[in-house]
Amino acid sequence: MVDYKQLNPAWGDRAPVIIGFLCNWCSYRAADLAGTSRFGYPATLRDIRIMCTGRLDPAFVIKALREGADGVLVMGCHPGQCHYEEGNYKAMRRVALLQRTLAQLGVHPDRVQLAWASAAQGTIFTETVKEMTEKIALLGPMRWRDNLEEVAPPTQEGVAT
Amino acid sequence: MSEEKIGVYVCHCGHNIAGTVNVEEVSEWAGHLPNVAVAKNYKFMCSSLGQEMVEEDIKQEGLTRVVVAACSPHMHEPTFRGACQRAGLNPYLFEMANIREHASWVHQDDKEAATEKAKAIISGAVRRAEELEPLEPFRAPINETTLVVGGGIAGINAALEIANSGHKVILVEREPSIGGHMAQFDKTFPTLDCAACILTPKMFDVGNNPNIELLTYSEVEQVDGFVGNFTVRIRKRARMIDTGLCTGCGDCWERCPAKVIDFVYESGLGYRTAVYRPFPQAVPKYPVIDTESCIYYKNGRCKACEKFCPTGAIKFDQQDEVVVANVGNIVLATGYDLFDARRIPAYGYGRLANVFTSMEFERMTNASGPTNGKVLLRDGVTQPESVAIIHCVGSRDKNTNIYCSATCCMAALKFAHLVKEKTHAQVYNFYIDMRTAFKDYELFYNRLLEEGTHFIRGRAAEVTDAARQPGEEGKLIVQAEDTLIGKQRRVPVDMVILMVAMEPRADASEVAHRFGIGCSDAGFFTERHPKLDPVATMNEGIFIAGTCQGPKDIPASVAQGEATAARVLSLIGKGEVQVEPVRARIDEDRCSGCRICNNLCPYGAIDFIAEKGVSRVNPAQCKGCGTCVAACPSQVITGQHYTYDSIMAQIEGLLYDQRTPDEHVRVLEMEPA
Repeated sequence: MVDYKQLNPAWGDRAPVIIGFLCNWCSYRAADLAGTSRFGYPATLRDIRIMCTGRLDPAFVIKALREGADGVLVMGCHPGQCHYEEGNYKAMRRVALLQRTLAQLGVHPDRVQLAWASAAQGTIFTETVKEMTEKIALLGPMRWRDNLEEVAPPTQEGVAT
Repeated sequence: MSEEKIGVYVCHCGHNIAGTVNVEEVSEWAGHLPNVAVAKNYKFMCSSLGQEMVEEDIKQEGLTRVVVAACSPHMHEPTFRGACQRAGLNPYLFEMANIREHASWVHQDDKEAATEKAKAIISGAVRRAEELEPLEPFRAPINETTLVVGGGIAGINAALEIANSGHKVILVEREPSIGGHMAQFDKTFPTLDCAACILTPKMFDVGNNPNIELLTYSEVEQVDGFVGNFTVRIRKRARMIDTGLCTGCGDCWERCPAKVIDFVYESGLGYRTAVYRPFPQAVPKYPVIDTESCIYYKNGRCKACEKFCPTGAIKFDQQDEVVVANVGNIVLATGYDLFDARRIPAYGYGRLANVFTSMEFERMTNASGPTNGKVLLRDGVTQPESVAIIHCVGSRDKNTNIYCSATCCMAALKFAHLVKEKTHAQVYNFYIDMRTAFKDYELFYNRLLEEGTHFIRGRAAEVTDAARQPGEEGKLIVQAEDTLIGKQRRVPVDMVILMVAMEPRADASEVAHRFGIGCSDAGFFTERHPKLDPVATMNEGIFIAGTCQGPKDIPASVAQGEATAARVLSLIGKGEVQVEPVRARIDEDRCSGCRICNNLCPYGAIDFIAEKGVSRVNPAQCKGCGTCVAACPSQVITGQHYTYDSIMAQIEGLLYDQRTPDEHVRVLEMEPA
């Protein structure tokens, strides 16, 4: 069991929880491949299968953060490889806007990440989860419920850094 | 909260899940979730006993939803949907919780965390199951015509099998003739029977089968639709020959003054004319005019072919033709490209004259090839007295391709035999491992060992013409560590043959995207399941055969070609296809007619009904991606099976242990309008 307290004392006995939205064709299959290949990664990710990242309603991300997730990982097919032509480009736009909006609410943009993995890239999937877990672990718990001001106020561009 | 009776079944999968996740604890815990009426665990849920247990409980306990926590839905979702259906429960009220690929197999070092994660996954699935709605699969008739892309040995066999059963086939080939790489070979291992003798009768059959429409010199440009009902656009490139008049007599290419190096069929060793037929046994027999090398297209003069053509078949102004066809199934057999040996400069290909690629040597030993079957050095007259064959050029190499190309060891043995047979030269094989799996291959290896071929175990480091020791002058020296005796060796030879790797076609990823299928890391097309579904893809109705799926030899390609035919025929036999009802649906009463969704749809499946002022989804065109669902500002588009409510419920379920009481929440909750 990883001791997340060492990375950020605010974790206490908790471990980070990340909600994943994985597209059916590429990233969910990459996660399956990570499984069949026994590539280990932190047990922080709890994923939801959607047909395409184009289905990602920004409300899902906000809901996940509101329900207690410390981060949200959206993963789709590589640009140009979308099973539905261009759903991942739509996700790209929506996530970028959402990161801005969340930053204005005081949520660090790193808490919502967008990444790509093809069905053959179990290693990329694994590495992405590892990296994101590390980032979230350093940021500390989301605690949206009782701590809205977790990061510096938004900069002029609207994105906190 | 809904009043459902949910059955939760936790699978041990032998030790695969139970070895990491505490399945007893999880199923005991699941039994206390709201609305869960039955919670059980069992060794193998996918076995007939496991399925019968589910069916029994649906009937006896009156379950209205079923959750099986086991492997990936890509593995066994259809299995358990079938069980639900048999027991009278709508199959779309079943939900799979993936606690194997996504929990037990990836958290093997932390059993406690894996168990907790399994609980969260099941909690999410249970909450999602509550929100599922019964659906009926979308049924459509199946078009009995099949498109086969690629006329190599795999595509030829697929086309013939389907056509011989009485169904129409459209066979599309990019080159002027079918035959593929096999048409370039002379002998085939391990029997050494001649490639042409076994291939050309099949090519002839393709050309004469009334059920096969052969489109050579053509490419598929666009694919629309779904299983059973694809529409494809095929570009027939202009041959500049009227095939209705041409008899294939050969007067045109005999008179053509433009000679160019033939990089495709002769692998750069021979010449062809600008108007050409790749090889004498080509099917179809008609030539094409290569407009890039034809003199007429450069300066407007010549027309020698036109003057001498006895039937007036030369048409310099012919235009490309676009054929639109409706097909029910598609077989991709697009083959492979050869590794470019220049990418490993240490072997000197392109710099040292007498370094040849395996395909060049193949053409050289072919009786109808550029040297009439004689093994000669680049000067065209000298027979080599010693030949080195270097294995794994571009295979099993971190710098190029990490995979094994599977066929080169046997081809190298074949070459060693042919060199011995034709020149009595000494042959040195530089190999990493000899891989002679499959029927009778090892016998061939033994035969070569007895023939006195030298085998040196070690990857060749370099081929050089810089002589250092006596006896090396004027020779090519292959330097390698002989790992069996632990010594560096320098072997002077006259000729070097590089056994180059099989690579995915240069445009494989583009083609994969066009047909809606995936590619592996190496770039070969991905099959639905590596063991149990090797010729199907994730896109229903699209099948793959031969080397486009991965390196393989002729028997394996033939077997795959015929396997795709069996899959296609079984679909045709059913008469109709069932498509997942994952579709978007617009509630017209609540649609404001803003038309945001109209332009977002990548398939143009959403029409605006002007008289009603609302948008409507055409279910035949919709593929269910859900982009419009997420974009609708009024939230009146339902993404069937992935509804707003079902995903929201799954989020709540997944985070069942993270939520704090509502009074502590200080943010506004987003709710649907």
